[in-house]
Amino acid sequence: MLGFGKWRKSYREVHMSDSKKYFIDRICSLLKLPANSLSGNENEISALFPLDEIPFIIKRLLEMEGARLVFIGATDDRKNSKSFGLQYLFSIDKESLLILLRSKVPDHTPKFPSIAVPVTAAAAFEQEISEFFGMIPQGHPNLKNLLLHEDWPSETFPLRKDFDPNQKIKRVEKKPSNFLQVTGEGVFEIPVGPVHAGIIEPGHFRFSVAGEPVIHLEIQLGFAHKGIEKLAEGKTVLEAVCLAERISGDASFAHSLAFCQAVEKIAKVTIPKKAQVLRVIFSEMERLYNHLGDIAGIATDVGFSFGAAQMLRLRELILQKNDCFTGHRLLRGIVIPGGVACDLTAEMKNELRSFLNLLLNQYNPVEHLYFETDSLMDRIEGTGVVLEKVVRDLAGVGPVARASNVKIDLRQDFPYADYPNLKFEAAFRKEGDVAARMFVKMAEFKEAISIIFQALDHLTDEPLSVNIQSLPEGSALGWAESARGEIFHWLRIDRDGKIDRLKIKSPSFSNWRILPWAVQGNIVPDFPLINKSFNLSYSGNDR
Amino acid sequence: MFDIIKINLKTGCATIPIQAKSKKEFSVVGNELKNKIKQLFGGRSLHVRQIDAGSCNGCELEISALSNPIYDIERFGIHFVASPRHADVLLVTGPITRQMEPALIKTYEATPEPRIVIATGDCAINCGVYVNSYAVSGPLNTIIPVDVNIPGCPPNPTAILQALLSILDRLPKK
Repeated sequence: MLGFGKWRKSYREVHMSDSKKYFIDRICSLLKLPANSLSGNENEISALFPLDEIPFIIKRLLEMEGARLVFIGATDDRKNSKSFGLQYLFSIDKESLLILLRSKVPDHTPKFPSIAVPVTAAAAFEQEISEFFGMIPQGHPNLKNLLLHEDWPSETFPLRKDFDPNQKIKRVEKKPSNFLQVTGEGVFEIPVGPVHAGIIEPGHFRFSVAGEPVIHLEIQLGFAHKGIEKLAEGKTVLEAVCLAERISGDASFAHSLAFCQAVEKIAKVTIPKKAQVLRVIFSEMERLYNHLGDIAGIATDVGFSFGAAQMLRLRELILQKNDCFTGHRLLRGIVIPGGVACDLTAEMKNELRSFLNLLLNQYNPVEHLYFETDSLMDRIEGTGVVLEKVVRDLAGVGPVARASNVKIDLRQDFPYADYPNLKFEAAFRKEGDVAARMFVKMAEFKEAISIIFQALDHLTDEPLSVNIQSLPEGSALGWAESARGEIFHWLRIDRDGKIDRLKIKSPSFSNWRILPWAVQGNIVPDFPLINKSFNLSYSGNDR
Repeated sequence: MFDIIKINLKTGCATIPIQAKSKKEFSVVGNELKNKIKQLFGGRSLHVRQIDAGSCNGCELEISALSNPIYDIERFGIHFVASPRHADVLLVTGPITRQMEPALIKTYEATPEPRIVIATGDCAINCGVYVNSYAVSGPLNTIIPVDVNIPGCPPNPTAILQALLSILDRLPKK
C-alpha cells in the first residue's frame, strides 16, 4: 500500500507540474512573453501592453483562464516618461499565479478604455483613478465620485505628483448629491449617518424602502479619507510602516505585514525562519480577536446578550494576552522590514499554549449554545444572502466570499511567511447568508488556534530580523490575508530609496460594493445584522 | 437554559471587582468616578456620545471594549448614548478629516450645554501620523473647544476611564 501511495504521489507531482507548465506557456503566449519567463517558485508575472490592447487581453484572461481582478492602480510618471501608468492585477487562484498588466496613458490625453462593463469589479477602481489622477475611463457606465465628496473642487487630483500634499483644500459650493432614488407610491427614503448610533466608524446610508423591505441601498463613504497613499510618498519605508499600521486599526498587523513583505521583495532579502513563524502566530492572534468580535456582534444584534458577553470576554482576554506578549493590544510595532521586533521566550510559548487551550475550552460550550438558541438561528439563517455570482462579479474576498462558495484564501493560494509549512483547511460554505458567514468565522477561529499550535513547534533559535541597508529602485507586491480578507500593497521605491507610490487594496474596498446586494429584499431591522456579518472597515476603504 | 447556567457557574464573575488589589488601577479609578458623578450630578449618570471623525478604528475598538464584561463601564454610571442630544460628554476620535468636519460641528451643536469634549487618541490631539495631510482639517482643538486629551494610539480602556474622572475634577463643585 505504501509503495502504491508513493507512486501515486510522484505521478501526481509529475502530472501537475506538466499541466502547470502547459498553463504557464499558454499564459506567456497570451501575454506575448517568452515561454520561460516564469521561473520555478515565482508566482508573479508582469507584462507591458499598449493601451488599446488591454481590454482584449483582459477579456481573454477572464473568460479563458478564470482570472479574478484584484485591483487597478495608477501612477503619475509624467516627470520621467511623459505619461501616466496603469497597473491591472489579476489572480488565477487555482494555479497560484498573479498577473500584473501594465500600460501607459499619454499625459496630453489622460484617457483610458474602461473595462467596467465586462468586469463589474473594475468600476470602483476606475472611479477612484478618475478622482485621484484625473484620468478618464472612457465608456464607464457610472462615473461619479467615490471617496471625495461634493464640496471637493474640480480639477484637483490628489495623487498627481504636482499636487502639494500639505495644502488645505477649499470647499466649493456643493454639487447636488447623486444618489440613486427610488420613486413610486409608498416608497420613502431613510437616511442614516455619518454619525451613527453605536460606536462605529462614519458612513452615510440611504435606504429606499416600501414598508419594511429594503428596495435599494445607497452607500456614501469617504468620511474617513485621510490621504494615506499620498502621505506615504516621499517617506522612508520605516516611517511608512507606522502609516501602514494605521490604515485599519483592527488589521494593523496584516497591513504592516503586507507592506513589509513588499519592501523585502524590493530589497531581495530572505527573512529568518523564526521571524516568519512569529509573523504567522501574530497574524492568527489578530484573526482570533477579530472573529470573536464579529461572532459577538451578531449575538448582540439579535438580543442574545449572554452569548455576546461570553464572546466579548474571551476577546478581551486575547487583547490582554497581546499586550502582555508584545506590549501592544492591537499588535502594532511588531513587524519591521526585515523581520519582527518582538520575540516569544520559552516561558511565553508555554503560557500561550495553555492560554489557547483555555480559550478553546471556554469557547466551545458557548459556540454550542449559539447553535441551540433558536431566537438567534432563526434570525440569521436565510438573511442577507449573497449569491456566488455577485461575489465573483464584484471580486469579493475573505469570509464573505468563502461563505458564498468562492474558495479563495491567500494563505493557501499564495502562501507567505511560514504558511507553506502549516496544515490547515480554509473553511467555506455555500449558503451565503449571515449564518454562513458566522459559521465560516467560527471554523476559522478554531483553525487559527490549530495554526498557532503548529507554528509554536516551528520556532527555532535564530535572529529575529535581517538588516536592510539600502533599497534599490524598483517595485513589488506584498500581500497578507487579514481577518476580513486579502490585503495587497503595491509599492514603488524611487532612486533615493524613498517611496514613490504606495497602492493599498484593502478587503473592505471590494466587499463594500457587495453589501447593497446582500441587503436588497431584507427588512430594515436586519440591516445591522447583515452589516455586522460583513464587518467592513470604513477607514480601510477610505484610506 | 441549563447550558447557560452551567457556563455561568464555570465562568464565575469576569468583571474586575471594585475592591480587587491586582487590577487596582481600573477599579479604583472607576469607583472614584462613581462617587464624583454622584457628588456633582446628585446621583445622575454620565452620558457619553462617541464620534468617529476619521480614526483608523483602533480607538473605537478600545472604547467599545469598555462595555465588555471585564470592564463593564455601566456599573460606574457611564452610558454610551445613541444621540448627541442625550449626551453630557463627546468622545471624539480621529484626526478630523476634511469630510467629517461639517458632521462633527453639527453633532457638537446638537449637544446640550454644559457639554464636555474629550479628544481621544493621538490623532484627535495632534493628527498623529496623518499630520499635514490635505484630507485632514484637525486637530480637534482647532475646530471645537476641547476639555480633556487622552493620549495613546489607541489609549487603553483604563486611560479612557481615568480621563473621564479628570473632567469631573475640573467642573465647578456643586
